[in-house]
Amino acid sequence: MSDRLLPILLPVLVLAIGVLIWALVVWGFAIPPFVLPGPRLVLATLVADAGLLWNSLLVTLLITFEGFLLAALGGIGLAILFNQSRLVEYSLYPYAVILQVTPIVAIAPLLLIYLPQPLAVLACAWIVAFFPVLANTTLGLNSVDHNLLALFELYKATQWQVLWNLKLPSALPQMLAGLRIAGGLSLIGAVVAEIAAGSAGAGSGLAYRIAESGYRLNIPRMFAALLLLSLAGVAIFFVLSTLSDFALRRWHESAARREL
Amino acid sequence: MSASGPSIVSLRGVGKTFDNGTVALNGFELDVHTGEFVSLLGSSGCGKSTALRIIAGLSAASRGAVEWPTGAGRIGFVFQEPTLMPWARVAANVALPLKLARADATASQAAAMQALKRVGLAEFAGAFPRELSGGMKMRASIARALVTEPHLLLMDEPFAALDEITRFKLNNDLLAVWQELHRTVVFVTHSVFESVYLSQRIVVMTPRPGRVFTEVVVDAPYPRDERFRTSAEYAGFCRRVAEALYKATAAGGMS
Repeated sequence: MSDRLLPILLPVLVLAIGVLIWALVVWGFAIPPFVLPGPRLVLATLVADAGLLWNSLLVTLLITFEGFLLAALGGIGLAILFNQSRLVEYSLYPYAVILQVTPIVAIAPLLLIYLPQPLAVLACAWIVAFFPVLANTTLGLNSVDHNLLALFELYKATQWQVLWNLKLPSALPQMLAGLRIAGGLSLIGAVVAEIAAGSAGAGSGLAYRIAESGYRLNIPRMFAALLLLSLAGVAIFFVLSTLSDFALRRWHESAARREL
Repeated sequence: MSASGPSIVSLRGVGKTFDNGTVALNGFELDVHTGEFVSLLGSSGCGKSTALRIIAGLSAASRGAVEWPTGAGRIGFVFQEPTLMPWARVAANVALPLKLARADATASQAAAMQALKRVGLAEFAGAFPRELSGGMKMRASIARALVTEPHLLLMDEPFAALDEITRFKLNNDLLAVWQELHRTVVFVTHSVFESVYLSQRIVVMTPRPGRVFTEVVVDAPYPRDERFRTSAEYAGFCRRVAEALYKATAAGGMS
Protein backbone atom coordinates (compact mmCIF):
# COMPACT_ATOMS: atom_id res chain seq x y z
CA MET A 1 0.00 0.00 0.00
CA SER A 2 1.39 3.39 -0.90
CA ASP A 3 2.37 6.11 1.56
CA ARG A 4 -0.22 8.43 0.07
CA LEU A 5 -3.20 6.16 0.68
CA LEU A 6 -2.34 5.04 4.20
CA PRO A 7 -3.07 8.38 5.94
CA ILE A 8 -6.56 8.27 4.44
CA LEU A 9 -7.33 4.55 4.62
CA LEU A 10 -6.24 3.94 8.21
CA PRO A 11 -8.45 6.60 9.85
CA VAL A 12 -11.39 5.47 7.71
CA LEU A 13 -10.78 1.89 8.87
CA VAL A 14 -10.67 3.01 12.52
CA LEU A 15 -13.91 4.95 11.99
CA ALA A 16 -15.63 1.93 10.44
CA ILE A 17 -14.54 -0.30 13.32
CA GLY A 18 -15.69 2.28 15.88
CA VAL A 19 -19.12 2.71 14.27
CA LEU A 20 -19.50 -1.06 14.02
CA ILE A 21 -18.72 -1.54 17.73
CA TRP A 22 -21.13 1.31 18.58
CA ALA A 23 -23.93 -0.31 16.52
CA LEU A 24 -23.23 -3.75 18.00
CA VAL A 25 -23.25 -2.45 21.59
CA VAL A 26 -26.57 -0.60 21.06
CA TRP A 27 -28.08 -3.66 19.41
CA GLY A 28 -26.56 -6.32 21.69
CA PHE A 29 -27.50 -4.67 24.98
CA ALA A 30 -30.80 -3.38 23.56
CA ILE A 31 -29.98 0.15 24.75
CA PRO A 32 -32.99 2.49 24.31
CA PRO A 33 -32.45 5.48 21.95
CA PHE A 34 -32.98 8.04 24.72
CA VAL A 35 -29.89 6.63 26.45
CA LEU A 36 -27.68 5.88 23.46
CA PRO A 37 -29.01 5.99 19.88
CA GLY A 38 -27.37 3.73 17.30
CA PRO A 39 -25.38 5.21 14.39
CA ARG A 40 -28.20 4.55 11.92
CA LEU A 41 -30.74 6.45 14.04
CA VAL A 42 -28.30 9.39 14.39
CA LEU A 43 -27.89 9.53 10.60
CA ALA A 44 -31.66 9.26 10.11
CA THR A 45 -32.18 12.15 12.55
CA LEU A 46 -29.54 14.16 10.72
CA VAL A 47 -31.52 13.70 7.49
CA ALA A 48 -34.95 14.22 9.07
CA ASP A 49 -33.90 17.40 10.91
CA ALA A 50 -31.64 18.60 8.11
CA GLY A 51 -33.41 21.94 7.58
CA LEU A 52 -33.43 22.89 11.26
CA LEU A 53 -29.87 21.74 11.92
CA TRP A 54 -28.53 23.32 8.74
CA ASN A 55 -29.90 26.73 9.71
CA SER A 56 -28.42 26.37 13.17
CA LEU A 57 -25.10 25.33 11.68
CA LEU A 58 -25.04 28.47 9.56
CA VAL A 59 -25.73 30.63 12.61
CA THR A 60 -22.88 29.05 14.54
CA LEU A 61 -20.52 29.14 11.57
CA LEU A 62 -21.23 32.81 10.96
CA ILE A 63 -20.45 33.67 14.59
CA THR A 64 -17.34 31.50 14.44
CA PHE A 65 -16.18 33.21 11.27
CA GLU A 66 -16.80 36.69 12.67
CA GLY A 67 -15.05 35.78 15.91
CA PHE A 68 -12.13 34.33 13.97
CA LEU A 69 -11.84 37.41 11.77
CA LEU A 70 -11.88 39.76 14.75
CA ALA A 71 -9.39 37.52 16.57
CA ALA A 72 -7.08 37.56 13.54
CA LEU A 73 -7.28 41.33 13.22
CA GLY A 74 -7.01 41.92 16.96
CA GLY A 75 -4.26 39.37 17.54
CA ILE A 76 -2.08 40.44 14.63
CA GLY A 77 -2.74 44.13 15.25
CA LEU A 78 -1.91 43.88 18.93
CA ALA A 79 1.21 41.82 18.19
CA ILE A 80 2.44 44.51 15.77
CA LEU A 81 1.68 47.18 18.35
CA PHE A 82 3.56 45.22 21.05
CA ASN A 83 6.49 44.76 18.68
CA GLN A 84 6.69 48.46 17.89
CA SER A 85 6.33 49.70 21.44
CA ARG A 86 7.76 48.06 24.53
CA LEU A 87 5.66 50.36 26.74
CA VAL A 88 2.41 49.19 25.18
CA GLU A 89 3.55 45.58 25.48
CA TYR A 90 4.44 45.93 29.17
CA SER A 91 1.15 47.71 29.86
CA LEU A 92 -1.24 45.35 28.09
CA TYR A 93 0.34 41.90 27.81
CA PRO A 94 -0.53 40.77 31.36
CA TYR A 95 -4.19 41.50 30.69
CA ALA A 96 -4.15 39.55 27.46
CA VAL A 97 -2.81 36.61 29.48
CA ILE A 98 -5.46 37.05 32.19
CA LEU A 99 -8.18 37.10 29.55
CA GLN A 100 -6.76 33.89 28.16
CA VAL A 101 -6.30 31.92 31.39
CA THR A 102 -9.70 32.77 32.87
CA PRO A 103 -12.00 29.91 31.75
CA ILE A 104 -14.40 31.15 29.09
CA VAL A 105 -17.22 29.09 30.62
CA ALA A 106 -16.99 31.35 33.63
CA ILE A 107 -16.91 34.58 31.63
CA ALA A 108 -19.76 33.74 29.25
CA PRO A 109 -22.68 34.12 31.72
CA LEU A 110 -21.34 37.54 32.75
CA LEU A 111 -21.03 38.71 29.17
CA LEU A 112 -24.62 37.58 28.58
CA ILE A 113 -25.75 39.92 31.32
CA TYR A 114 -24.05 43.00 29.92
CA LEU A 115 -24.20 42.43 26.16
CA PRO A 116 -27.02 41.57 23.77
CA GLN A 117 -26.94 37.81 23.18
CA PRO A 118 -25.42 37.72 19.63
CA LEU A 119 -22.72 40.19 20.67
CA ALA A 120 -21.95 38.18 23.82
CA VAL A 121 -21.50 35.01 21.77
CA LEU A 122 -19.22 36.88 19.37
CA ALA A 123 -17.21 38.31 22.27
CA CYS A 124 -16.70 34.79 23.66
CA ALA A 125 -15.51 33.49 20.31
CA TRP A 126 -13.10 36.42 20.08
CA ILE A 127 -11.71 36.11 23.63
CA VAL A 128 -10.85 32.44 23.17
CA ALA A 129 -9.44 32.82 19.68
CA PHE A 130 -7.35 35.97 19.77
CA PHE A 131 -4.67 34.92 22.23
CA PRO A 132 -2.99 32.19 20.16
CA VAL A 133 -2.83 34.64 17.25
CA LEU A 134 -1.29 37.28 19.51
CA ALA A 135 1.18 34.91 21.17
CA ASN A 136 2.31 33.23 17.96
CA THR A 137 2.58 36.43 15.94
CA THR A 138 4.56 38.08 18.76
CA LEU A 139 6.92 35.12 18.80
CA GLY A 140 7.29 35.36 15.02
CA LEU A 141 7.93 39.11 15.03
CA ASN A 142 10.57 38.69 17.73
CA SER A 143 12.32 35.78 15.98
CA VAL A 144 13.62 37.79 13.04
CA ASP A 145 17.12 36.81 11.90
CA HIS A 146 19.46 39.29 13.63
CA ASN A 147 21.75 39.51 10.64
CA LEU A 148 18.85 40.39 8.35
CA LEU A 149 17.88 43.05 10.86
CA ALA A 150 21.46 44.38 10.73
CA LEU A 151 21.29 44.33 6.94
CA PHE A 152 18.12 46.43 6.94
CA GLU A 153 19.80 48.79 9.40
CA LEU A 154 22.87 49.03 7.16
CA TYR A 155 20.71 50.12 4.24
CA LYS A 156 18.92 52.64 6.47
CA ALA A 157 15.50 51.02 6.22
CA THR A 158 12.65 52.87 7.91
CA GLN A 159 10.71 51.26 10.76
CA TRP A 160 7.84 50.71 8.35
CA GLN A 161 10.11 49.00 5.79
CA VAL A 162 11.51 46.73 8.47
CA LEU A 163 7.99 45.78 9.56
CA TRP A 164 6.55 45.28 6.09
CA ASN A 165 9.53 43.77 4.26
CA LEU A 166 11.17 41.82 7.06
CA LYS A 167 9.23 41.25 10.27
CA LEU A 168 5.79 40.39 8.87
CA PRO A 169 7.00 37.95 6.18
CA SER A 170 9.39 36.36 8.64
CA ALA A 171 6.57 35.99 11.20
CA LEU A 172 4.15 34.51 8.65
CA PRO A 173 4.68 30.82 9.59
CA GLN A 174 4.03 31.47 13.29
CA MET A 175 1.14 33.81 12.46
CA LEU A 176 -0.50 31.11 10.33
CA ALA A 177 0.04 28.52 13.08
CA GLY A 178 -1.75 30.88 15.46
CA LEU A 179 -4.62 31.37 13.02
CA ARG A 180 -4.96 27.61 12.59
CA ILE A 181 -5.43 27.21 16.34
CA ALA A 182 -7.72 30.26 16.48
CA GLY A 183 -10.14 28.77 13.91
CA GLY A 184 -10.95 25.80 16.11
CA LEU A 185 -10.96 27.87 19.31
CA SER A 186 -13.35 30.41 17.89
CA LEU A 187 -15.83 27.58 17.24
CA ILE A 188 -15.35 26.43 20.83
CA GLY A 189 -15.92 29.98 22.13
CA ALA A 190 -19.10 30.34 20.10
CA VAL A 191 -20.40 26.97 21.33
CA VAL A 192 -19.64 27.73 24.97
CA ALA A 193 -21.45 31.06 24.77
CA GLU A 194 -24.42 29.52 22.99
CA ILE A 195 -24.74 26.83 25.63
CA ALA A 196 -24.54 29.45 28.36
CA ALA A 197 -27.07 31.57 26.50
CA GLY A 198 -29.25 28.51 25.88
CA SER A 199 -30.16 28.32 29.55
CA ALA A 200 -30.98 32.03 29.33
CA GLY A 201 -33.55 31.42 26.62
CA ALA A 202 -32.85 32.89 23.19
CA GLY A 203 -30.55 31.58 20.47
CA SER A 204 -30.71 29.29 17.48
CA GLY A 205 -27.13 28.10 16.93
CA LEU A 206 -26.07 24.48 16.81
CA ALA A 207 -24.96 24.44 20.44
CA TYR A 208 -28.31 25.84 21.46
CA ARG A 209 -29.93 22.92 19.59
CA ILE A 210 -27.81 20.51 21.60
CA ALA A 211 -28.86 22.11 24.89
CA GLU A 212 -32.49 22.24 23.82
CA SER A 213 -32.49 18.61 22.65
CA GLY A 214 -30.94 17.65 25.98
CA TYR A 215 -33.83 19.17 27.90
CA ARG A 216 -36.26 17.32 25.66
CA LEU A 217 -34.34 14.05 25.94
CA ASN A 218 -34.03 14.05 22.16
CA ILE A 219 -30.69 12.27 22.35
CA PRO A 220 -30.46 11.31 18.62
CA ARG A 221 -30.69 14.99 17.68
CA MET A 222 -27.98 15.83 20.24
CA PHE A 223 -25.71 13.37 18.52
CA ALA A 224 -26.63 14.67 15.07
CA ALA A 225 -25.85 18.26 16.10
CA LEU A 226 -22.62 17.17 17.78
CA LEU A 227 -21.61 15.35 14.60
CA LEU A 228 -22.21 18.53 12.59
CA LEU A 229 -20.15 20.58 15.05
CA SER A 230 -17.25 18.16 14.79
CA LEU A 231 -17.43 18.20 11.01
CA ALA A 232 -17.48 22.01 11.07
CA GLY A 233 -14.38 22.02 13.29
CA VAL A 234 -12.58 19.59 11.00
CA ALA A 235 -13.55 21.65 7.94
CA ILE A 236 -12.24 24.87 9.55
CA PHE A 237 -8.96 23.19 10.44
CA PHE A 238 -8.63 21.73 6.96
CA VAL A 239 -9.30 25.03 5.20
CA LEU A 240 -6.84 26.95 7.40
CA SER A 241 -4.17 24.25 7.04
CA THR A 242 -4.55 24.30 3.28
CA LEU A 243 -4.29 28.08 3.16
CA SER A 244 -1.23 27.99 5.42
CA ASP A 245 0.51 25.32 3.33
CA PHE A 246 -0.29 27.26 0.19
CA ALA A 247 1.20 30.46 1.57
CA LEU A 248 4.39 28.76 2.79
CA ARG A 249 4.93 26.04 0.21
CA ARG A 250 7.68 27.85 -1.68
CA TRP A 251 9.96 28.78 1.18
CA HIS A 252 9.17 27.38 4.60
CA GLU A 253 10.45 23.99 5.69
CA SER A 254 7.11 23.17 7.31
CA ALA A 255 5.27 23.26 3.98
CA ALA A 256 7.91 22.61 1.34
CA ARG A 257 8.07 19.11 -0.14
CA ARG A 258 11.11 17.15 0.91
CA GLU A 259 13.00 15.55 -1.91
CA LEU A 260 14.59 12.31 -0.84
CA MET B 1 46.49 48.97 -6.91
CA SER B 2 49.03 50.26 -4.46
CA ALA B 3 48.34 49.83 -0.78
CA SER B 4 49.34 53.37 0.02
CA GLY B 5 46.54 55.29 -1.72
CA PRO B 6 44.38 57.76 0.16
CA SER B 7 42.50 56.33 3.11
CA ILE B 8 38.80 55.58 2.68
CA VAL B 9 38.24 54.85 6.37
CA SER B 10 40.47 55.09 9.42
CA LEU B 11 39.96 53.66 12.89
CA ARG B 12 41.75 55.68 15.58
CA GLY B 13 42.23 54.08 18.97
CA VAL B 14 38.94 52.25 18.67
CA GLY B 15 37.81 50.26 21.69
CA LYS B 16 34.69 48.22 22.27
CA THR B 17 33.46 46.92 25.62
CA PHE B 18 30.29 44.86 25.57
CA ASP B 19 27.59 45.18 28.20
CA ASN B 20 28.78 41.99 29.88
CA GLY B 21 32.21 43.54 30.43
CA THR B 22 34.05 41.73 27.63
CA VAL B 23 36.65 44.00 26.03
CA ALA B 24 36.48 43.02 22.37
CA LEU B 25 38.73 45.75 21.02
CA ASN B 26 41.19 48.12 22.61
CA GLY B 27 43.33 50.78 20.95
CA PHE B 28 42.58 49.38 17.52
CA GLU B 29 44.26 51.32 14.68
CA LEU B 30 43.51 50.71 11.02
CA ASP B 31 43.77 52.67 7.79
CA VAL B 32 41.94 51.18 4.84
CA HIS B 33 43.25 52.60 1.58
CA THR B 34 41.06 53.21 -1.42
CA GLY B 35 41.04 50.27 -3.80
CA GLU B 36 43.00 47.86 -1.62
CA PHE B 37 42.16 44.32 -0.53
CA VAL B 38 42.98 44.06 3.15
CA SER B 39 42.32 41.13 5.47
CA LEU B 40 41.85 41.12 9.22
CA LEU B 41 43.31 37.85 10.46
CA GLY B 42 43.04 36.44 13.96
CA SER B 43 41.81 33.57 16.07
CA SER B 44 38.15 33.39 17.08
CA GLY B 45 37.17 36.06 19.55
CA CYS B 46 39.95 38.48 18.61
CA GLY B 47 37.41 41.19 17.78
CA LYS B 48 37.90 41.17 14.02
CA SER B 49 34.17 40.84 13.32
CA THR B 50 33.49 43.56 15.89
CA ALA B 51 35.91 45.88 14.07
CA LEU B 52 34.09 45.19 10.81
CA ARG B 53 30.68 45.90 12.37
CA ILE B 54 32.01 49.16 13.80
CA ILE B 55 33.21 50.22 10.33
CA ALA B 56 29.76 49.34 8.95
CA GLY B 57 28.06 51.37 11.67
CA LEU B 58 26.23 48.28 12.91
CA SER B 59 27.95 48.60 16.27
CA ALA B 60 29.11 51.73 18.06
CA ALA B 61 32.70 52.09 19.27
CA SER B 62 32.99 52.55 23.04
CA ARG B 63 36.19 54.57 22.62
CA GLY B 64 38.09 56.16 19.76
CA ALA B 65 36.88 57.38 16.39
CA VAL B 66 36.01 56.11 12.94
CA GLU B 67 37.02 58.67 10.32
CA TRP B 68 35.93 58.88 6.70
CA PRO B 69 38.40 61.33 5.12
CA THR B 70 36.51 61.58 1.83
CA GLY B 71 33.05 61.33 3.38
CA ALA B 72 31.09 58.19 4.21
CA GLY B 73 30.53 56.15 1.06
CA ARG B 74 28.20 53.31 0.25
CA ILE B 75 28.95 50.09 2.11
CA GLY B 76 28.27 46.51 1.14
CA PHE B 77 28.31 43.87 3.88
CA VAL B 78 28.58 40.11 3.51
CA PHE B 79 27.79 38.15 6.66
CA GLN B 80 29.21 34.81 7.73
CA GLU B 81 25.88 33.24 6.84
CA PRO B 82 24.21 34.05 3.51
CA THR B 83 21.47 35.95 5.40
CA LEU B 84 18.94 35.78 2.56
CA MET B 85 15.21 36.29 3.05
CA PRO B 86 13.82 32.76 2.59
CA TRP B 87 10.43 34.04 1.40
CA ALA B 88 11.85 36.08 -1.48
CA ARG B 89 13.28 34.89 -4.77
CA VAL B 90 17.00 35.33 -5.37
CA ALA B 91 16.47 38.37 -7.63
CA ALA B 92 14.31 40.07 -5.02
CA ASN B 93 16.90 39.31 -2.34
CA VAL B 94 19.64 40.87 -4.44
CA ALA B 95 17.49 43.90 -5.28
CA LEU B 96 16.61 44.50 -1.60
CA PRO B 97 19.15 47.31 -0.90
CA LEU B 98 17.81 49.24 -3.90
CA LYS B 99 14.22 48.62 -2.85
CA LEU B 100 14.96 49.94 0.63
CA ALA B 101 16.45 53.05 -1.00
CA ARG B 102 13.16 53.38 -2.91
CA ALA B 103 14.88 53.05 -6.28
CA ASP B 104 12.87 52.55 -9.45
CA ALA B 105 11.68 48.92 -9.58
CA THR B 106 12.66 48.27 -13.20
CA ALA B 107 16.12 49.73 -12.75
CA SER B 108 16.55 47.73 -9.52
CA GLN B 109 15.59 44.53 -11.31
CA ALA B 110 18.15 45.26 -14.05
CA ALA B 111 20.86 46.05 -11.49
CA ALA B 112 20.05 42.85 -9.59
CA MET B 113 20.34 40.80 -12.78
CA GLN B 114 23.68 42.41 -13.57
CA ALA B 115 24.99 41.68 -10.07
CA LEU B 116 23.77 38.09 -10.36
CA LYS B 117 25.52 37.72 -13.71
CA ARG B 118 28.72 38.99 -12.15
CA VAL B 119 28.68 36.19 -9.56
CA GLY B 120 27.54 33.60 -12.11
CA LEU B 121 24.05 33.13 -10.71
CA ALA B 122 21.92 34.74 -13.44
CA GLU B 123 19.98 31.59 -14.22
CA PHE B 124 18.89 31.20 -10.59
CA ALA B 125 17.29 34.65 -10.34
CA GLY B 126 13.83 33.11 -10.01
CA ALA B 127 14.79 30.45 -7.47
CA PHE B 128 14.10 30.57 -3.75
CA PRO B 129 17.12 30.51 -1.40
CA ARG B 130 16.27 27.06 -0.07
CA GLU B 131 16.70 25.66 -3.56
CA LEU B 132 20.35 26.83 -3.71
CA SER B 133 23.51 25.13 -2.45
CA GLY B 134 25.61 26.75 0.27
CA GLY B 135 28.07 28.20 -2.24
CA MET B 136 25.28 29.57 -4.43
CA LYS B 137 23.58 31.20 -1.44
CA MET B 138 26.87 32.94 -0.63
CA ARG B 139 27.15 34.10 -4.25
CA ALA B 140 23.66 35.59 -4.00
CA SER B 141 24.70 37.30 -0.77
CA ILE B 142 27.77 38.79 -2.50
CA ALA B 143 25.61 39.91 -5.44
CA ARG B 144 23.34 41.72 -2.98
CA ALA B 145 26.35 43.45 -1.42
CA LEU B 146 27.55 44.52 -4.89
CA VAL B 147 24.20 45.73 -6.20
CA THR B 148 24.52 49.24 -4.74
CA GLU B 149 28.01 49.57 -6.28
CA PRO B 150 29.53 50.10 -2.83
CA HIS B 151 32.76 52.00 -2.33
CA LEU B 152 33.67 49.68 0.50
CA LEU B 153 32.90 45.97 0.65
CA LEU B 154 33.04 44.44 4.13
CA MET B 155 33.14 40.64 4.35
CA ASP B 156 32.84 38.79 7.65
CA GLU B 157 34.30 35.27 7.18
CA PRO B 158 31.96 34.75 4.24
CA PHE B 159 33.41 31.43 3.12
CA ALA B 160 34.11 29.87 6.53
CA ALA B 161 31.18 27.46 6.32
CA LEU B 162 31.90 26.26 2.78
CA ASP B 163 33.80 23.19 1.66
CA GLU B 164 37.33 23.69 0.35
CA ILE B 165 36.53 23.23 -3.34
CA THR B 166 33.70 25.76 -3.23
CA ARG B 167 35.81 28.13 -1.14
CA PHE B 168 38.69 28.09 -3.64
CA LYS B 169 36.25 28.73 -6.47
CA LEU B 170 34.64 31.64 -4.64
CA ASN B 171 38.08 33.02 -3.73
CA ASN B 172 38.96 33.16 -7.43
CA ASP B 173 35.63 34.70 -8.40
CA LEU B 174 35.88 37.28 -5.63
CA LEU B 175 39.35 38.31 -6.85
CA ALA B 176 38.04 38.58 -10.41
CA VAL B 177 35.20 40.85 -9.25
CA TRP B 178 37.59 42.94 -7.17
CA GLN B 179 39.99 43.44 -10.08
CA GLU B 180 37.17 44.32 -12.43
CA LEU B 181 35.38 46.77 -10.13
CA HIS B 182 38.34 48.21 -8.17
CA ARG B 183 36.34 48.32 -4.95
CA THR B 184 37.94 48.49 -1.55
CA VAL B 185 37.55 45.20 0.33
CA VAL B 186 38.00 44.50 4.04
CA PHE B 187 37.93 40.75 4.50
CA VAL B 188 37.74 39.10 7.92
CA THR B 189 39.05 35.55 8.14
CA HIS B 190 40.73 33.11 10.50
CA SER B 191 42.38 31.25 7.63
CA VAL B 192 46.05 32.06 6.99
CA PHE B 193 45.86 30.48 3.54
CA GLU B 194 42.77 32.36 2.48
CA SER B 195 44.13 35.72 3.68
CA VAL B 196 47.43 35.27 1.81
CA TYR B 197 45.71 34.14 -1.36
CA LEU B 198 43.32 37.10 -1.46
CA SER B 199 44.94 40.12 0.14
CA GLN B 200 47.49 42.77 -0.60
CA ARG B 201 47.85 43.40 3.08
CA ILE B 202 47.09 41.27 6.13
CA VAL B 203 46.43 42.83 9.52
CA VAL B 204 47.24 40.21 12.16
CA MET B 205 45.30 40.72 15.40
CA THR B 206 45.85 39.66 19.00
CA PRO B 207 42.90 38.32 20.95
CA ARG B 208 41.39 39.62 24.23
CA PRO B 209 41.38 42.52 23.79
CA GLY B 210 41.64 42.76 20.03
CA ARG B 211 44.36 45.02 18.69
CA VAL B 212 46.74 45.08 15.75
CA PHE B 213 49.78 42.87 16.33
CA THR B 214 51.52 43.31 13.01
CA GLU B 215 50.94 43.74 9.31
CA VAL B 216 52.17 41.58 6.47
CA VAL B 217 52.23 42.96 2.92
CA VAL B 218 51.62 40.28 0.30
CA ASP B 219 53.22 41.88 -2.75
CA ALA B 220 52.60 39.01 -5.15
CA PRO B 221 51.07 40.27 -8.40
CA TYR B 222 47.47 39.76 -9.50
CA PRO B 223 45.78 37.97 -11.17
CA ARG B 224 46.42 35.18 -8.72
CA ASP B 225 45.27 31.71 -9.64
CA GLU B 226 45.83 28.04 -8.84
CA ARG B 227 49.47 28.42 -9.91
CA PHE B 228 49.96 31.00 -7.18
CA ARG B 229 48.20 28.75 -4.68
CA THR B 230 50.78 26.01 -5.24
CA SER B 231 53.84 28.27 -5.61
CA ALA B 232 56.82 28.45 -3.25
CA GLU B 233 56.19 32.19 -2.98
CA TYR B 234 52.67 31.52 -1.63
CA ALA B 235 54.01 28.96 0.81
CA GLY B 236 56.61 31.48 2.00
CA PHE B 237 53.98 34.14 2.67
CA CYS B 238 51.81 31.60 4.46
CA ARG B 239 54.73 30.63 6.72
CA ARG B 240 55.41 34.27 7.60
CA VAL B 241 51.75 35.01 8.28
CA ALA B 242 51.28 31.80 10.28
CA GLU B 243 54.28 32.70 12.44
CA ALA B 244 52.91 36.18 13.00
CA LEU B 245 49.50 34.75 13.92
CA TYR B 246 51.12 32.28 16.33
CA LYS B 247 53.04 35.08 18.06
CA ALA B 248 49.95 37.30 18.09
CA THR B 249 47.85 34.62 19.74
CA ALA B 250 50.58 33.91 22.29
CA ALA B 251 50.97 37.64 23.00
CA GLY B 252 47.23 37.98 23.49
CA GLY B 253 47.14 34.98 25.78
CA MET B 254 49.77 36.46 28.09
CA SER B 255 48.16 39.84 28.51
